[in-house]
Amino acid sequence: MNAEEWQIVWFTAWVSALSTLVILPFGLAAAWLLARRDWPGKSLVETVVTMPLVMPPVATGLILLKLLGRRGPLGRFFHETLNLDIVFTWRGVLIALGVMSFPLLVLCARIAFDQVNPRFEQIARTLGAGEGRVFFTITLPLAWRGILGGMTLAFARALGEFGATIMVAGNIPGQTSTLSLSIFQHVQLGQDAQAYRLLGVSVALAFLAVWISECLLLRSKWPGRK
Amino acid sequence: MKLLLKNISLPVADFSIEVDVELRSPVTAIFGPSGAGKTSLLDLIAGLRRPASAFIQLDDRVLTDTAVKTRVPPRRREMGYVPQDLALFPHLSVRQNLLYGQKSGSRAAPVFRFEHVCEVLAIQPLAQRRVTDLSGGEKQRVALARALLSSPRLLLLDEPLARLDQALKAKIIPHLRRVRDEFHLPMLYITHDRREVLALCDEVLELRRGRITNRARATATDWPVNNDET
Repeated sequence: MNAEEWQIVWFTAWVSALSTLVILPFGLAAAWLLARRDWPGKSLVETVVTMPLVMPPVATGLILLKLLGRRGPLGRFFHETLNLDIVFTWRGVLIALGVMSFPLLVLCARIAFDQVNPRFEQIARTLGAGEGRVFFTITLPLAWRGILGGMTLAFARALGEFGATIMVAGNIPGQTSTLSLSIFQHVQLGQDAQAYRLLGVSVALAFLAVWISECLLLRSKWPGRK
Repeated sequence: MKLLLKNISLPVADFSIEVDVELRSPVTAIFGPSGAGKTSLLDLIAGLRRPASAFIQLDDRVLTDTAVKTRVPPRRREMGYVPQDLALFPHLSVRQNLLYGQKSGSRAAPVFRFEHVCEVLAIQPLAQRRVTDLSGGEKQRVALARALLSSPRLLLLDEPLARLDQALKAKIIPHLRRVRDEFHLPMLYITHDRREVLALCDEVLELRRGRITNRARATATDWPVNNDET
């Protein structure tokens, strides 16, 4: 592996990890609201949250491109007020990965919250705990393994993202090239050896991520579950 | 103690709990078959369920008044609730469970000291254990101690002995009696066992399908066995 290939691997790994961390608070909030509260429009929000999972990634990417480009409503705001460009930068990669892996995190975290017996939360309240304390000392610790599993799946999804990323960030060597984009490009150019090397790295990373997730989910048989 | 439950209407599965009663005894049993609405009534008093209508007052403090949309949240009700499944937090140690209610900064100095409560319930040796490693009787005492340590003004006990065998019941009853006598804490005691009522309670309310069908002093003469009950 040469320096350029290592750069691609490193970039893909950290931008995937960062996107997982960035979506974590939003994903947990959405999952908690879906699992623990009833509100008007809940099924609509649930559907919208799941959309990136079922839509063609390229279509999601096109929506993001139009929103985040300099002439798009969000992109213009970032460009004019913060002097930040999103599209065709690593920030575009980050957002594409976050949007694409968000549904997986929310689905897993929601199941994890659902499995926490609400009786524990109720009794914590009778013992004087406010909503924040209940969440951080009861709900979150009891749901933690499932959430961790969801984070791992989100990370794995981000590692393999292609369609949305290429729309929003292109494939700029040294800037927005990820593993998937590079593999595709190497194959296009007939550079099989490079493609296979990156393929090996992808397989290793993906295997590791899903395997850790499986182990965590299997071990999540807390006595605190319903 | 004065607990007012006025104009209560709480829909549950296929009937509605309709109660209008004023309780003044130190320990009141709520007696009835399963499905009578006993637990729902306790949940309502603890603030965990929202009624169609209710006026609940403990001593001079109004906890629920649907007429003026007053509803004190559960964490400010100062109720020590020991639910039937105990709800000991499985990811915390016994000690952390015990201190969970005591740590809340919202309250003044604890009325019941940690050492005293542990001694009365004989749980000092358990403090470092995981709650999942406790026996049934130990769990029961820890749940009771946790409720006491939150310094409640009323103790709500939901079938505290139902899941214990006869030998263990006989061991826990003296603990409950000691709690009653040492801490002078009023209790609502849910059960479907006559012997527990006679052993621990001053007064008994019989609840059937959400209605109070009988109210009596909890003595063998004032509360004779009813033939249609099994």
